[in-house]
Amino acid sequence: MQWIWEGIQQAFQLLFQDKEVLEITILSLKISGSATLLSLFIGMPLGTFLALKRFPTREFWISLINTGMALPPVVVGLVVSLMLWRSGPFGGLRLMYTPTAIVIAQIIIAAPVVTGLTVTALQQLDPKLKFQLLGLGASELQMVWKLWIEARLPLLAALMAGFGSVISEVGASMMVGGNLRYETRVLTTAIVLETNKGQFGKAIALSIILLVLAYMVNLVLTSVQQRNIPRE
Amino acid sequence: MSQPILNVKGIEIFRNQTPVLAIEEFSVNNGELLAIIGPNGAGKSSMVLALSGLLSWQGGQLFFHDKLINSKDLFSYRRQIGMVLQNPLLLDDTVEGNIIVGLRFRGTSSKEAKQQAAFWMDRLGITHLAKRKARQLSGGEGQRVSLARALILKPKLLFLDEPFGALDAPTRARLIEDFIQLQKQESITTVFVTHDQDEALWMGDRIAVIMDGKLRQIGRPHDVFNTPIDADVAGFVGTETIIPGIVKNVKDGIASIQVDGYFLEVVGDVQVGQKVFICVRSEHLTLWLESNVGHSSARNFINGTIKQIAPQGVLDRVVLDCGFHLVALITRSSTRDMNLTVGMTVSASFKSSSAHLVARSGE
Repeated sequence: MQWIWEGIQQAFQLLFQDKEVLEITILSLKISGSATLLSLFIGMPLGTFLALKRFPTREFWISLINTGMALPPVVVGLVVSLMLWRSGPFGGLRLMYTPTAIVIAQIIIAAPVVTGLTVTALQQLDPKLKFQLLGLGASELQMVWKLWIEARLPLLAALMAGFGSVISEVGASMMVGGNLRYETRVLTTAIVLETNKGQFGKAIALSIILLVLAYMVNLVLTSVQQRNIPRE
Repeated sequence: MSQPILNVKGIEIFRNQTPVLAIEEFSVNNGELLAIIGPNGAGKSSMVLALSGLLSWQGGQLFFHDKLINSKDLFSYRRQIGMVLQNPLLLDDTVEGNIIVGLRFRGTSSKEAKQQAAFWMDRLGITHLAKRKARQLSGGEGQRVSLARALILKPKLLFLDEPFGALDAPTRARLIEDFIQLQKQESITTVFVTHDQDEALWMGDRIAVIMDGKLRQIGRPHDVFNTPIDADVAGFVGTETIIPGIVKNVKDGIASIQVDGYFLEVVGDVQVGQKVFICVRSEHLTLWLESNVGHSSARNFINGTIKQIAPQGVLDRVVLDCGFHLVALITRSSTRDMNLTVGMTVSASFKSSSAHLVARSGE
């Protein structure tokens, strides 16, 4: 058990002294942050469309999105690898083993989560609210904007879930990023590597950062969310 | 008679390929308060959503101020109307923020919008609520905000879909009084949906009856209530006594109609041999103790056994079995003076001009 304790002590030293740990942390935030933001740009309009419009194949698409919410990251990693591989359809873009490749894979993981939760968030509103807003003279865009404001609490939850799904995934990042030092090494892939090497101190340090990071992002979003809950 | 502001011809609405509403012809006159009544699920709300351009329809045409409204005109059409639904559906904002939302959609500055909101909050008696969160309001307050939110837009046509349906009786009465006053003062053309006949009778300049997705009758409240077009409408507008019979003779505009063992006389334009329903409103029936049937101008006397006596408002509702169902409304003191009890045999009478004849459709 002594080695676990030593590992924790080493972790705290590394947290404040190892420059590489800081760089890995910043890269993780950049990659997962941009993947989450881009997922919002895709997921919120798509989820809004599915929630508000009625068309024959709508249920099929919603069930597809719901399935997508539980996509295994390694499967996403495999598909993105096949696409970006030198001989693949997008091989010419030379994106394999770049941060962009990880962002693409993480968008594929997070976008269905944001889309599915946006559908749920908007369907929780009174279905007649849409008619009421249009009846007050709102354009389609003004109506959607007001619906988003009304559903902002569950939409924030969608944002949190989207970020949570990508900051913590390892399979896709490892496969399409390659875990290249100073280039595509993120917190999760670094933890896998250090554990395999038996460097438990560094692995624990990185895990603590990952946990604190996930907690801090959710703490900020939760405090915004809770502040907006109507008081009785 | 004032000009129609809205004209609809041949509109059909489908939901999941099932027709829910078919309107052959319908118009709303400038300045009037038109009440649309009908049972739950009759298609009233669909009609209001269609008329306000919020629900797509198939075929037909909608004219607003004689201008045909196409799909590309719907947005500008919607900006000329107002809408209040049963649930106020207020946004998570202050009362003032809710009232100005429609003006803000139209690009009015916040300052200008708030000045106009002050006027309408004053008219609806909610100035003291201006800064309160909309979700902290009572049902009646919420509906006043919803009305102010629609009226501030100075709509040329206002649609109200059962706006008072969820309110308690005193709140509802106060709000209806205030609304009628506003509607008359400002001459706001209003289409008003309700399933409450009393509300329709109280508020409507005209009444349209919708049943099974069809416009069955439209006219002045007195005409719709006293001369319903068929037995379904009669039943819905509160005519509880609907007696099937056959016309045996017509003389001087008075039809003699055979009903079971009776011959009843009713004023009506019918043919000998025609199968009809005699519709009698409960307030037009008079009850007599059998021993006491005296001279009366009433032409029709029917004997029956009392099946039920139940209070209805300030009156008693007495149900008789005469071989058919007959319902009379009498004062509670009459029940007491006549010692009416269940099982007693009494006579019921009505004047030939107090009943209304409708054809038995399909027969």
